[in-house]
Amino acid sequence: MKIYLKIWRQKDASSKGKIVDYTMDGIEGDMSFLEMLDILNEDLISKGEVPIEFDHDCREGICGTCSLQINGRPHGPDRLITVCQLHMRSFKDGDTIVIEPFRAKAFPVIKDLIVDRNAFERIQQAGGFISVNTSGKTVDANNIPIRKENADKAFNAAACIGCGACVAACKNASAMLFTSAKVSQFALLPQGRVEATERVQNMVRQMDLEGFGNCTNTGACEIECPKGISLENIARMNREYLSASIKG
Amino acid sequence: MGILDSKIPSGPLAEKWTKHKNEINLVNPANKRNIDIIVVGTGLAGGSAAASFAELGYNVKTFCYQDSPRRAHSIAAQGGINASKNYQGDGDSDYRLFYDTVKGGDYRSREANVYRLAEVSGNIIDQCVSQGVPFARDYGGLLDNRSFGGVLVSRTFYAKGQTGQQLLLGAYAAMNRQIHRGKIKSYTRHEMLDLVLVDGKARGIIARDLVTGEIERHSAHAVVIASGGYGNLFFLSTYCMGANVMAAWRTHRRGAFFANPCYTQIHPTCIPVSGEHQSKLTLMSESLRNDGRIWVPKNLEDAKAIREGKLKPTQLKEEDRDYYLERRYPAFGNLVPRDVASRAAKERCDAGYGVNKTGEAVYLDFDAAIMRYGSEKALTTGLKDADDAHIRKLGEEVVEAKYGNLFQMYEKIVDENPYKTPMMIYPAVHYTMGGLWVDYNLQTTIPGCYAAGEANFSDHGANRLGASALMQGLADGYFVLPYTIGDFLADDIRTGPIPTDTEEFDNAEKDVLDKINRLMSAKGVNSVDYYHKKLGKIMWNNCGMSRNAEGLKDAIKEIAALRKDFWENVKVPGAADDKNQELEKAGRVADFLEIGELFAMDALVRNESCGGHFREEYQTPEGEALRDDENFKFVSAWEYKGEPKDAKLHKENLVYENIEVKTRSYK
Amino acid sequence: MSSLIKSSIARKVVMALSGLFLVLFLALHVTINFTSVISPDTFNQWSHFMGYNGLVQYIMQPILILGVIVHFVMGIVLEFQNMGARTIKYTKFNGAANAPWVSRNMIITGLVVLAFLGLHFYDFWIHEMTYKYIEVNPEDPTRYYRETVEKFAPIWRTVIYVISFALLSLHLWHGFASSFQSMGVNNKYTPSIKSFTKIYAIVIPLVFVFIAIYHHLNPITH
Repeated sequence: MKIYLKIWRQKDASSKGKIVDYTMDGIEGDMSFLEMLDILNEDLISKGEVPIEFDHDCREGICGTCSLQINGRPHGPDRLITVCQLHMRSFKDGDTIVIEPFRAKAFPVIKDLIVDRNAFERIQQAGGFISVNTSGKTVDANNIPIRKENADKAFNAAACIGCGACVAACKNASAMLFTSAKVSQFALLPQGRVEATERVQNMVRQMDLEGFGNCTNTGACEIECPKGISLENIARMNREYLSASIKG
Repeated sequence: MGILDSKIPSGPLAEKWTKHKNEINLVNPANKRNIDIIVVGTGLAGGSAAASFAELGYNVKTFCYQDSPRRAHSIAAQGGINASKNYQGDGDSDYRLFYDTVKGGDYRSREANVYRLAEVSGNIIDQCVSQGVPFARDYGGLLDNRSFGGVLVSRTFYAKGQTGQQLLLGAYAAMNRQIHRGKIKSYTRHEMLDLVLVDGKARGIIARDLVTGEIERHSAHAVVIASGGYGNLFFLSTYCMGANVMAAWRTHRRGAFFANPCYTQIHPTCIPVSGEHQSKLTLMSESLRNDGRIWVPKNLEDAKAIREGKLKPTQLKEEDRDYYLERRYPAFGNLVPRDVASRAAKERCDAGYGVNKTGEAVYLDFDAAIMRYGSEKALTTGLKDADDAHIRKLGEEVVEAKYGNLFQMYEKIVDENPYKTPMMIYPAVHYTMGGLWVDYNLQTTIPGCYAAGEANFSDHGANRLGASALMQGLADGYFVLPYTIGDFLADDIRTGPIPTDTEEFDNAEKDVLDKINRLMSAKGVNSVDYYHKKLGKIMWNNCGMSRNAEGLKDAIKEIAALRKDFWENVKVPGAADDKNQELEKAGRVADFLEIGELFAMDALVRNESCGGHFREEYQTPEGEALRDDENFKFVSAWEYKGEPKDAKLHKENLVYENIEVKTRSYK
Repeated sequence: MSSLIKSSIARKVVMALSGLFLVLFLALHVTINFTSVISPDTFNQWSHFMGYNGLVQYIMQPILILGVIVHFVMGIVLEFQNMGARTIKYTKFNGAANAPWVSRNMIITGLVVLAFLGLHFYDFWIHEMTYKYIEVNPEDPTRYYRETVEKFAPIWRTVIYVISFALLSLHLWHGFASSFQSMGVNNKYTPSIKSFTKIYAIVIPLVFVFIAIYHHLNPITH
């Protein structure tokens, strides 16, 4: 099939970018979206042009590296997948596809479609951990029984891949779903309760400092999250934050 | 033993590690503050090591090419992590885990290392649970286990199909805590391009900032290489796109021996190749083999009809199907080790029984499991008169609860519903058991340079069992290196910071710049991927699931020729002082073009079949691997001498005192 | 505490609490208004009570005004912050694909309702203040019904009324249930809260609209 692409090109962080048009022919439905871009890049290289830079790594939907806004939606039109799992069969002959980087003030563009997501790193560093040293002398794993329901919920929150689709989808570029996923995971586990108060305060403070927007409960993040992280986590973080603030 | 001293402590097997820990040198807490360690790679091994070093008080610098340590490919491990906890009370023990791992590795791994691995495996689970890793639990709130290929107990801990992700995020969280404290400085989007030796010791690295293109010098008192495996030299593999051998290979070029490069794991359950454009292969967890039955049609005509789309697999009667693993290996059936399962699939497909368009796929069928689980569910929920359709529905629900995410992933890629029609699978390159040679302390042949996780060679012999990679990575990082590195660093408490404005750093940086300039100025005609794909084809055809002397000799010649062509005709667009993914790839492929040749040489030297290394000349009449313990019970360790063809082979003989070396049988 | 009010979550909670307070006030307001359709006397009684009871006048009324101001000011502050969180806009943004229009346009529905509140204040509150404190007229417990009905005589005011309440309905449709999420309530009762929100967001504005149209169609003829 024939596809018309409109792709954001930007030389580096300080340059101004623009949308550039490309046309591709002979695209097959079995190709993944990124393989389609690979072919485009091969073509650009053979023409002596600079290929399009985009982030990708595992290409199986788990590392969270790929980050494209496709036709106005993070990771494209399909739900519960990342771009690398998107196949061209989701498009039809003659389609125009607009490809942009994830946009947020806290995610500055590095080059073309690549953004800097270090803001996420700093949020995790602020409190996304349980303070336990490696000793091999921690208690036996089965001495901490955890209700299956809580264990499952903690797992579901922990499934976040840190791709940034929640921020990209949110009209406010809010990072609440990302932050709340980690806060929730630990809030639901007895091991994590010890530092729960400090954790939620520190992570929310860092999140605010990074310049993400506020949550207005539109729910776009939950819909676009490739791992289906639930809005319940945001409510839980709000709850944790309020009780932490009241406790002081 | 000469230069290859494995430094295995004396004494009984079960006491070696404790004894060793009691005897090695320690660095006191105040002195640790004055010592720097570089960790290259931040997957399970590197991440856990970095966090543990920092907890102890060392100053750590970590390097990864990804934009975050959380993205290392450990994250893609699906099935689980082994530990000899014996929570299921099914007779597991440290010894049994040790035994299974040595046997699974086809008696080509080091006893003492493997025993230590089994010994600390339980601590890993304890540590991870303390960190908040959400392992699967049963309704009593205790940890659940499942069983994996090649063993007779249930010792695999898991977190749905995302165990690697959860364990990596645990190590990442531990790292984050130390980054927050300032004890780890994390360099992301950085690639190590060379190792710097001062007075024969590893004292730093040259790295490239992948965003700005700037070449940087970083010094430390010790360097840990935890950069993963080199399976990407096959081009198509289950590795992530960026996985590369550069850090390990540069270390090798600076003097570290490279061990067993030909030991590669080909994973049996991957989604088959669909076309020329394909960039990577996707793994379906081995756990699927717990419930899926593997088969091909019994008759060639049926296989042909299926390939041509005239026949559907579901139309084939039970007696027309060949459940070849159950037929050949009644004791282990579909749960034989990976190398055995992969080879059996290739054997059937080569014989003409393949079931997809290319003839390179076999079926993994859940129908029996769906009906079995369905009946069970019907009984336990009191539905005595449920009809087949109802039972099927119940069964599908159970299977969905167990493998839902994997089934969904399959459907996304293949566009077929695996609940209704059997999955198609084919083996793909998945892991490399070979790697930098290390001694018992995980130190390479360069003093002060350590290797951990998939980057070293130590624990899996010629074949790795499922759910052992996560175990080894974390064992190395959490429980081995933090002890053993102190033994070396104890001599450095008065050394002070290592300066980077020295001749050694100047020379290393110059080498790196020369190489980059050569790549940038080649101005050839072919893209980097062109060479990578060609190399991959040579490797897959000649050094894949089965090898023979002729093919290996061809491969050696072809790779050398391809490498020459690469340096003359590669085309790297863009600039060196800029973000440039093509330049990154070019550097990586340049190294693959070297290790590929060494790989083939190693496979050619090893005139036997063992584990993942199957030489067609050495097999039993039934087609099973034929090991030669008399002549090849050694680790091959290659010393760099310039061109790959000049590499010098050293042998570390393997001694088995606690395990009887037998022919591996899963029948 | 100062850090608390600076945090995004605390601000959202302030939005939620002030919003919920206004939601409650709407219920009271609509109830009293509705009496004007049933019984002019009851309406006059209630209105007079609200207009002259000290507790209502000096405690409740300032709280209400404060509630409106806080909700408005915080809404604007958050909106500006949110606009600043994405400095370079998307060329193509398909917001409709993942979030309902109402949830994405609270600022629009909110500003329209605010503009209406301006008119409303002018019509009733300023009028009351003038009547009571500037002109210092005597108490007249029977004037409210007449004054109210007369307000709806012009068609333009009635049309503005209807449009504003339609937008209030949209504002409530998202805002009511959303305030629970902001305060951390998302549990087994959430589906019920959402259903109740939908009923509330339709019924309350509908009754207001009904009252307006009713009085427009039934002017006082004597």
